[in-house]
Amino acid sequence: MSTATSISSKGPKKTFGQWFAATGWRHLIGVALCIYAAFPLLYVLSASLNPNGTLLSSNGFFSTIGLESYEKLFANEQRPFAAWFANTMFIGLTTAAASVLLGALAAYSFSRMRFKGRRFGLVSLLVVQIFPQLLAVVAIFILLTTLGDVYPALGIDNQIALIMVYLGGALGVNTYLMYGFFNTVPIEIDEAAKIDGAGHARIFFTMILRLVAPILAVVGLLSFISTTSDFVIASVVLVSPENQTLAVGLYSYVSEEFTSNWSVFAAGAVLAAIPVMALFLFLQKYIVGGLTAGAGK
Amino acid sequence: MNLKTTAPQEAAPERASGEKSTSLQFSGGLGTMIFKIVALAVLDATAVFAIFLAVAKDAVLIASIIGVITLLINVIYLKRGWLPAKYLAPGAVFLLIFQVFVIGYTGYIAFTNYGSGHNSDQDDAIMSLLQTNQQRVPDSASYPVTVLDGADGLALLVQREGQQLVGDSDDPLAPIDPAALGKYTQLNFADLLGRQQEVTSLAVPMSEDPTQGTLRTSDGRTAYQYTSTLVYDKGADTMTDSITGTVYSDTGVGAYTAPDGEQLMPGWSINVGFDNFTRAITDSSIRSSLISVTVWTFVFAFLSVATTFFLGLFLAIVFNDLRMKGRKIYRVISILPYAFPAFLGGLVWAGMLNKDFGFVNQVLFNGASIPWLTDPWLAKFSVLWVNLWLGFPYMFLVCTGALQSIPEELSEAAKIDGAKPFQIFRLIKMPLLLVSVAPLLISSFAFNFNNFNIIYMLTEGGPRLADGAMNVGSTDILISMVYKVAFVGSQRDYGLASAFSIIIFLIVSLIAVISFKQTKALEELN
Repeated sequence: MSTATSISSKGPKKTFGQWFAATGWRHLIGVALCIYAAFPLLYVLSASLNPNGTLLSSNGFFSTIGLESYEKLFANEQRPFAAWFANTMFIGLTTAAASVLLGALAAYSFSRMRFKGRRFGLVSLLVVQIFPQLLAVVAIFILLTTLGDVYPALGIDNQIALIMVYLGGALGVNTYLMYGFFNTVPIEIDEAAKIDGAGHARIFFTMILRLVAPILAVVGLLSFISTTSDFVIASVVLVSPENQTLAVGLYSYVSEEFTSNWSVFAAGAVLAAIPVMALFLFLQKYIVGGLTAGAGK
Repeated sequence: MNLKTTAPQEAAPERASGEKSTSLQFSGGLGTMIFKIVALAVLDATAVFAIFLAVAKDAVLIASIIGVITLLINVIYLKRGWLPAKYLAPGAVFLLIFQVFVIGYTGYIAFTNYGSGHNSDQDDAIMSLLQTNQQRVPDSASYPVTVLDGADGLALLVQREGQQLVGDSDDPLAPIDPAALGKYTQLNFADLLGRQQEVTSLAVPMSEDPTQGTLRTSDGRTAYQYTSTLVYDKGADTMTDSITGTVYSDTGVGAYTAPDGEQLMPGWSINVGFDNFTRAITDSSIRSSLISVTVWTFVFAFLSVATTFFLGLFLAIVFNDLRMKGRKIYRVISILPYAFPAFLGGLVWAGMLNKDFGFVNQVLFNGASIPWLTDPWLAKFSVLWVNLWLGFPYMFLVCTGALQSIPEELSEAAKIDGAKPFQIFRLIKMPLLLVSVAPLLISSFAFNFNNFNIIYMLTEGGPRLADGAMNVGSTDILISMVYKVAFVGSQRDYGLASAFSIIIFLIVSLIAVISFKQTKALEELN
């Protein structure tokens, strides 16, 4: 400490040693952390900008820059990336919106009404939530095959069918998160509205939904993220390439022509990750609250 | 305005039935009412249409289920009262069909031999057997045909006894109204050449009776009658091979079986009782795979939680110093892996860890070829490493939140009593932190227990186990094993996969019971 040099000229005088002992070493860890966290992401970005395309040539970090891989990505007709992207957005957004609505309806009734079987309902939701849907993927596949013989729109290789399957999982996961939040909205608000002559539906749609908007955002986002990153059910239900989602399509990119098409895959990965990451960072504040309330990754 | 429209309807009878808050159960007035009726009408019309379709296809069970559900929905929304049901019904319908029912259905499939070669019922199997093992009838008359292209694929047009007959691979030959021929286009010579494979594989049943055989053409102009080399005896329920004379009979294994054990495929799906479960326990190759996969699933889930938690906790402590500048930047950057879609994380790391061309070997290890993903132990390490990358930000966020919610007074009081910083952490902060974080650790364990994406995207469960006859690898967890048994490769065994699913259900329930007892989550419900 005696040999330490003073590095700060402004503010209270501190030696380098003192600074290091107090917060400096934390910065050291912070820098290491940033490298660990961000490096693979920078690597994908650099690989996607590498026009050469192979896995080996992607190791040169940002050595060459070009957008050819992005052009190739959209030009490939066997692997219609644009369709995957649109499908994923359609399936993800529809499922998220419907999950929020279904979950909010259920949470409202559990939070505001007292009825026979309410406790049973809450407990069974908790129990159902334990068993993730993907465990029953075989049964889902066979059920949809059977349904598809009668109604092609609800069969294998149909996105509506996939959305309906996802909605089956909506109540279990979301109702709990919402139920807790609904309970924090004072019931006096409902009562005041009732006295003013508002009915239950008006109270729910015009008042409560606004007050619980943060949890709606969290549930919508979590549902969107889990839907768009689902591989198991989507890969079983969606068969033809033009119907598939990003998770299924990008996996086929890698599993079939791993090393030669690497930069094209990386370009796809970058584009696929951007909307999710943007949403996530944008709504970060809300999510952190929701996460600690019981969502997991 | 609301009161005006609803008031006449809530007349005496409703009041008398003891509904206290009737006036409040009708909200929105006329507009809502109309919306409700229109929505129900649309739903009912769709349901009636769906029931007709189902009845037309002989799917009576589906028709009756749709009928019952529609009826219930109508009752719920048209009846006064039952308010909670009105709010719960939409979600409950999906929940019951696609979560509760499919879990029960998994239980049913686990007791069948459903899978490759056993996909359908016995009638379909007979039909399929008679259609696939066909030979040209030696003295078959030749039928001049025209190949047509229609909405259901290719069809054949035959002139017989002055009648025009059309049939395709699904519909047997039947007389056709000349006007209806406009639906088809005739294939010209160039088309015939271009779609040769399709044309030669087209087999049109002669009639509804499958023993009559089919009509096939090799050149698109002349067709011959083909009949099966198998002869089905309806009375004895046996298949006889007319060439070798072997008799295949239904011995209760879901396929026609010769005395020497040879089976005719396809068979049909039958109830096999506990066969799948006994097979999983007694068949040594399945058993050893199942045991090693189960052990690894627990190890993987536990170590995933432990590593992410300790790294997250460590970082939370390091960055929980108010004097430190730039904490926000560090935090945002460290959240990035969590925001990155998990399946992409696995795929990207699979590239980076590639043995021959990957960044890690080529750049960090200077061209070494370390088998990160192909050596059983290194692959396990890699899976945990990548999962740490994906998962630590969550624990970091959670621990930061938990640490900040611990009142500062506690550590100050301890300091005054002479406690050292580490003692304060170990004896005061850590126990408080664990109380608030424990439920999240359990849910994180449950999540990783079925964390299919990370395993499948990184290693596809590989490298394959050396001893196992099954397509199972050393990083496979239970859920990825279920997926592989059911959907990967040519031999699909839905029955066995469902039996594995049931085993996972049991394990998960056990964990849940234990964790419920621990956290007493059920008691918090009010």
